[in-house]
Amino acid sequence: MIRLAIALLGLVALAVVPLFASEYELGLLIGMATYVALASAWALFSGQTNYISLATVAFYGTGAYTVAVLNESLPYPAVLLCAALIGAGMALLVGLSTLRLSGIYFVIFTFGLAELVRQLITWYEVSITGTLGRYIFLDLTARDIYWQMLALAAVAIGLTAWINRTRLGLALRAIGDDEVVAAHSGIHLARTKLIAFTLSATLITLVGAVASPRWVYVEPLIVFNPTVSFLTVIMALLGGANRLWGPLVGAIPLFLLFEWLSVNFPDTYPIFLGLLFIAVVFVLPNGVLAGLDDLRARFGRRGK
Amino acid sequence: MTLLHVDTVSRFFGGLKAVDQVSFEMESGTIMGLLGPNGSGKTTLLNLISGFLAPSSGRIIFNGRNLAGARVDKIARAGIARTFQLVRILPSLTLLENVMLPAVFGHRAHWGKEAERIAREALEKTGLADRAGASAGDLNYIDQKRLELARALAAEPELLLLDEWLAGLNPTELQEGIKLIESLSGSGITIIMVEHIMEAVRALCPRCAVMNAGRLIADGETSAVLSNKAVIAAYLGDAEDA
Amino acid sequence: MTTLVLGLVLGGTYALLALGLTLQYGIARIMNLAYGEVTLLAAFGLVFLFQTAGLPPLVAIILIAPAGYLTGWLLYTFMMRPLVQRATGKPGKLEVDSILATFGLLFVLQGIMLVLFGANFTSISYLDQGVNVLGVSVALNRLIAFAICLVAGLGLIVLLNWSRWGLILRAVALTPGSAPLVGIDVNKVSRQGFALGTALAAVGGASIAMYQTFSANDGVIFTMKALIIVIMGGVGNVAGALAAGFALGLVETFVATTFDPGLTLAATFAIFLAVLIWRPQGLFGRRS
Repeated sequence: MIRLAIALLGLVALAVVPLFASEYELGLLIGMATYVALASAWALFSGQTNYISLATVAFYGTGAYTVAVLNESLPYPAVLLCAALIGAGMALLVGLSTLRLSGIYFVIFTFGLAELVRQLITWYEVSITGTLGRYIFLDLTARDIYWQMLALAAVAIGLTAWINRTRLGLALRAIGDDEVVAAHSGIHLARTKLIAFTLSATLITLVGAVASPRWVYVEPLIVFNPTVSFLTVIMALLGGANRLWGPLVGAIPLFLLFEWLSVNFPDTYPIFLGLLFIAVVFVLPNGVLAGLDDLRARFGRRGK
Repeated sequence: MTLLHVDTVSRFFGGLKAVDQVSFEMESGTIMGLLGPNGSGKTTLLNLISGFLAPSSGRIIFNGRNLAGARVDKIARAGIARTFQLVRILPSLTLLENVMLPAVFGHRAHWGKEAERIAREALEKTGLADRAGASAGDLNYIDQKRLELARALAAEPELLLLDEWLAGLNPTELQEGIKLIESLSGSGITIIMVEHIMEAVRALCPRCAVMNAGRLIADGETSAVLSNKAVIAAYLGDAEDA
Repeated sequence: MTTLVLGLVLGGTYALLALGLTLQYGIARIMNLAYGEVTLLAAFGLVFLFQTAGLPPLVAIILIAPAGYLTGWLLYTFMMRPLVQRATGKPGKLEVDSILATFGLLFVLQGIMLVLFGANFTSISYLDQGVNVLGVSVALNRLIAFAICLVAGLGLIVLLNWSRWGLILRAVALTPGSAPLVGIDVNKVSRQGFALGTALAAVGGASIAMYQTFSANDGVIFTMKALIIVIMGGVGNVAGALAAGFALGLVETFVATTFDPGLTLAATFAIFLAVLIWRPQGLFGRRS
């Protein structure tokens, strides 16, 4: 109960912040909220099950592009609903074709998915509609976007917390450890994975949709930037992908670092990020939070 | 009442007949030892019954339903639980969570307090109750074996498949293990146990079946089966070789 | 007819790439997502040697192949080996770890290439006069690239099937657990398998540079195609990978000429989907 109260209080405080923030600071806040939402939504499926999804930007970009295509013909809430439905449909397609099989097929499929969607949209725009690039004119301020993004991040974390306490959460953790045992315990593997993956991907699609008005001008090369997939995975891993607050703990510092690197080293920052990624995999395979627990356990033992 | 009817079941791996036209029936509440030299197809047969492998042909009728080739989780929910020859536990979950899984998703599907009660009861039976909150990855080998049995029990199975569950125990633990299985059998669970320890088979199983090269070569009262010529030949090689 | 010839030429390169990847995954058990980046690095290397040092591509390949082997050797020793050690006794751990680590490596290599060579499309003109093959005019550089792939691919098949080293490699691919029982040093063989796979990636990249335009952002596509060919052929199945490589090259050329070049990746994915639904163990693999 106390934890819930602290979390809610924190959320309220974060919701008030933009009233005092400058335009630049608000931009940073939106970025942070975006990546907290992305990393938490990613970890909702991949963190528990060890099925590494490399397709974050495929869903994120799809969400953004849905808004770009529909923003002039439908009211905003309806556009968001469409984005969510399209994202869920895509996730079902990917999940149904790969999640019955071993994890490697899922990884491979998601690895190329963003590129596939990008090429398909490019092909469609160039050869059918004859345009490449669209404008988003929505009457939304930066503050509106921040609040929406904050709400999405809260939903992603809240949903994870809730799932952790349900049968679904127990089933997902069992699948992450040993699928054979999970199945012999009566868990329907494919359905369990499919539900979690679809939830995760739908949230990611919505993040893309909510973030899109910031761009104003949208084209496939911009919204399907592979760095988004990459950052999401490294953030969740750094904090601890199987922890409730892990993705948040990883996302905030890494987003700031990414901002700083991309401003000061615009050409070489992917190299730094790649090296950092490898370092995380080697040094903190279970994330910072698990590392802290280990330290605490060690000192606790020494204290006695 | 017939609980399990294995009807001319076969499983081929390429040209190898791992299980070849095996048939037998089991009454509810009975216990049967499944014997045979290494590679004779015992574990494959258990895998066919538990659904880990699909039979190439034949029927496996459990409680009147043909389960041959059904998905593993469906068979588990139908009331068949098993342990593995090489112990498989879920290392990042606690003991209680390990054992709760089949209580939640298995045969009778409980949730909340009831699932926890059944899990704790299973831990109690296997002597692990005081460590319910510990991480399963920290257990030693013997306790991992106990945890696996507790997990199978929490499924509240009608049929329990034990794959060399007693192997690797020291003499004291073996006696405890035999008692434990005895009490399970007494509580009405039907058990098939693959076992090499004859002492345990003689103590627990009034009935035995013996496999050799994929075929069932004997099935009947234990002492009769163990003195059967074909069985002795299978274990010791043919008389001419010996 | 044009489709057939061009498709076979393209398929030869794909098959070679897939062979390297199947060696890395089959023998060293490393799922290498940075595979396409290594390929591109070799392609850029060839262009660089050609443009600045004036080295003819055919000579450059003789340098690039051993450089690829060395790179693979170093990558395995310093990056993969610690992961392999960490994963002993934990099934599935190496797969997840190698996927993550090579995903990081992908961005490092891509970043390096963007800094060194920029994001523009690169190509060289080398021996691009047409040659008549079965009534179709094919650029000579394509034929040379095809010949290189054939030589390397067939050489590998001969090596794996008829040499002692090949026997050892296959033993480790089949049963890494029991290979030490007959005195095989699995670590050494895994390193060799990974290095050999990297060398094949380098040769494949160099031959791509001879006839095709490419950019530093194309790595993902090469990796993806190689992965799909490996799955179509069945993991560790060399003949299957060759056949699947040619098949993909043909389909892709067909789609590009009949429909739209922008749909080739979609065609690749469509094949992948079909394989997943129809025969996940590979077109030429045995059902396990």
